[in-house]
Amino acid sequence: MLNKKHLVLLASTGAITLAGAATAQADTLEDTMERGAVQCGVSDGLPGFSAPDDDGNWQGIDVDVCRAVAAAVLGDSEAVNYISLNAVERFTALQSGEVDVLSRNTTWTTTRDTTLGLNFTGVTFYDGQGFMVPSDLNITSVDELDGASICIQSGTTTELNLADYFRANDMEFNPIVFDTSEQTVGGYQAGRCDVLTSDTSQLAALRIQLSDPSTSMILSDVISKEPLGPVVRQGDDTWFNIVKWSLFAMLNAEELGVNSDNVDEMLESENPNIARLLGEDGNYGEGMNLEADWAYNIISQVGNYGQSFDRNVGMDSPLEIERGINKLWTEGGLQYAPPIR
Amino acid sequence: MSVRPNDARPAGHKPPFWRDRAKRALIFQLILVAVVAAFLIYIIGNTQANLEARGITTGFGFLSDTAGFGIGQTLIEYSSQSSYGRTFVIGLLNTLLVGGLGVLAASIIGFIVGIARLSPNWLIAKLANAYIETFRNIPLLLQIFFWYFAVLRTLPSARESMAFGEAIFLNVRGLYLPQPLFESGFGLIPATFIVAIVASIALVIWNKRRHEATGKRLPVFWMSLVIIFGLPLLVLVVTGVPVTWEMPVLRGFNFGGGITIIPEFLALWLALSIYTASFIAEIVRSGIQAIPHGQTEAAQALSLPRKLVLRLVVIPQAMRVIIPPLTSQYLNLIKNSSLATAIGYPDLVSVFAGTTLNQTGQAIEVIAMTMAVYLIISLLVSMFMNWFNARVALVER
Repeated sequence: MLNKKHLVLLASTGAITLAGAATAQADTLEDTMERGAVQCGVSDGLPGFSAPDDDGNWQGIDVDVCRAVAAAVLGDSEAVNYISLNAVERFTALQSGEVDVLSRNTTWTTTRDTTLGLNFTGVTFYDGQGFMVPSDLNITSVDELDGASICIQSGTTTELNLADYFRANDMEFNPIVFDTSEQTVGGYQAGRCDVLTSDTSQLAALRIQLSDPSTSMILSDVISKEPLGPVVRQGDDTWFNIVKWSLFAMLNAEELGVNSDNVDEMLESENPNIARLLGEDGNYGEGMNLEADWAYNIISQVGNYGQSFDRNVGMDSPLEIERGINKLWTEGGLQYAPPIR
Repeated sequence: MSVRPNDARPAGHKPPFWRDRAKRALIFQLILVAVVAAFLIYIIGNTQANLEARGITTGFGFLSDTAGFGIGQTLIEYSSQSSYGRTFVIGLLNTLLVGGLGVLAASIIGFIVGIARLSPNWLIAKLANAYIETFRNIPLLLQIFFWYFAVLRTLPSARESMAFGEAIFLNVRGLYLPQPLFESGFGLIPATFIVAIVASIALVIWNKRRHEATGKRLPVFWMSLVIIFGLPLLVLVVTGVPVTWEMPVLRGFNFGGGITIIPEFLALWLALSIYTASFIAEIVRSGIQAIPHGQTEAAQALSLPRKLVLRLVVIPQAMRVIIPPLTSQYLNLIKNSSLATAIGYPDLVSVFAGTTLNQTGQAIEVIAMTMAVYLIISLLVSMFMNWFNARVALVER
């Protein structure tokens, strides 16, 4: 018996085996134009990052990256095929060409960037690993967790960070590893483990899914750095640039005060930075084989980075995550995009 | 026979090779082998070219790298500093553990239920029938979820464990048992145990020869039982019981010390055993019913008691019918154990083809190794069962 995960894995592995050698040189941009849609790999349902809403439309900050790419390439942010992937199958799906962009709360690490034939294009969300515990345990710090049973999702960097941290601090733990985040929460709620660990943003999302969120609290300790970003295949630099600059355009737009509401007025702006961003002065899409209005399409249809953040994970969303280190560099945060010129 | 002019060949003249059926067959087989070999060479070369073109690292070097993650149930020593190769062994052992114990439990339950189904007692037969029809017709994954989420999840938390004496505890984290710690001098006991087994075998053989020669028999079953269990017990008492028990104790979050049986294992083991047992029960029933009733009547006509009719006439013949389909049930059980990943039992698929694959990204190598393991386990089980089948098969004289 095979479950879906194994089928996808086998299919993807088979694709690498059987695909003609020529596809390695494939032109993702051309294929996308021909198909009329961006193949986007998303999570198996993580509110705020990528999850279908009540009407079945995918929503989230990771989803917005794919929508931005679709807006830049095809002029239509809705022209995206979403493929839901779990943590284990995500890289194989990208390697084999099943998806063209993986935007699925994926941590940027050396191994992933250098040995998998993949490239990270930037950071959509600066995250760190945290812990959720039942409030009635009266635990205030990670250092009190010696000997605890800890629920984790399989195939994540959290699994490694956890082992590292506990070993470094000479503490013991008992890992209970689940396949999907849904099962992980199930295990935590049933009391199979004392602690649930994941990226803090995910903990916020998972906490509001609990039957009674007030019974659990998120510890303030963060034990790792988890820069989450979109991933593309190596060897197609044009496509790499498109995905990279789609996110940069959203960041630059926020920095310049351009958003989806005022973008049409901004077309008249005297500010040369804005004129270059919106394609009124020069054609900065040309180098990526895109139209001059590529960034205009992103901002008018998806919005700038701040809008996406607030709408999906920030104060306008049920997650209510503080902007924190994800503020723009001008406001003391880490989000910084190279200029468009 | 009509003789055509062509047939009048001189003696010794061979037909051209394409007219010779044996040679033709050989040629076709050679062509097939060549095609398969060419396909394999193409596929392997193509895969390597593709991987290289995409900048994906290949090879099995990753197996000696540090794994860096924890595993919930390890039969041999393991820490996050162990290698990826070690995670393979850990996963494999966990798979073999649940597979082996599953085969054992499924066989026992299956034989009991299969015989119960043929019972002349109406209630017993109907209960066995209900068992078979229920568990055979519910998908295995649902049964695993049932045991894990509906049964074991309702157990109390670690602090409110059910305690049986001060030694055994049951809670949502698993079953905690005392662990025997052997002191010096304990080695005598397994040694006596082995001696006792050898002695019983000798006794059985001697008894058989004596029976054939003189017709007299001793109650060897009970005698062997006494030897096998009594002798080590005697030595245990004489040496002053060199065993201490390490009790599970609640420390902080969890119980420490003793042996822990995790609920993921219990759920998977129960589900696999109970599901497969329902198929085995049907196989056993069909095997017994395949023996013509005349055999039983003939045996009874020889005034064999009912117990011996079953043991000497019916079951040996039924085994010939039972073993081939039983083998495929064993294989199914072992392969189905890969559903472990759904509830987080750290089996080969969950640990190696799950976490290790994802941490290293070596999909082709990891999947190939995992598939090879299941293939080898299945082939070994088949070989053993074929050997066993050959032993019980009808010997034609």
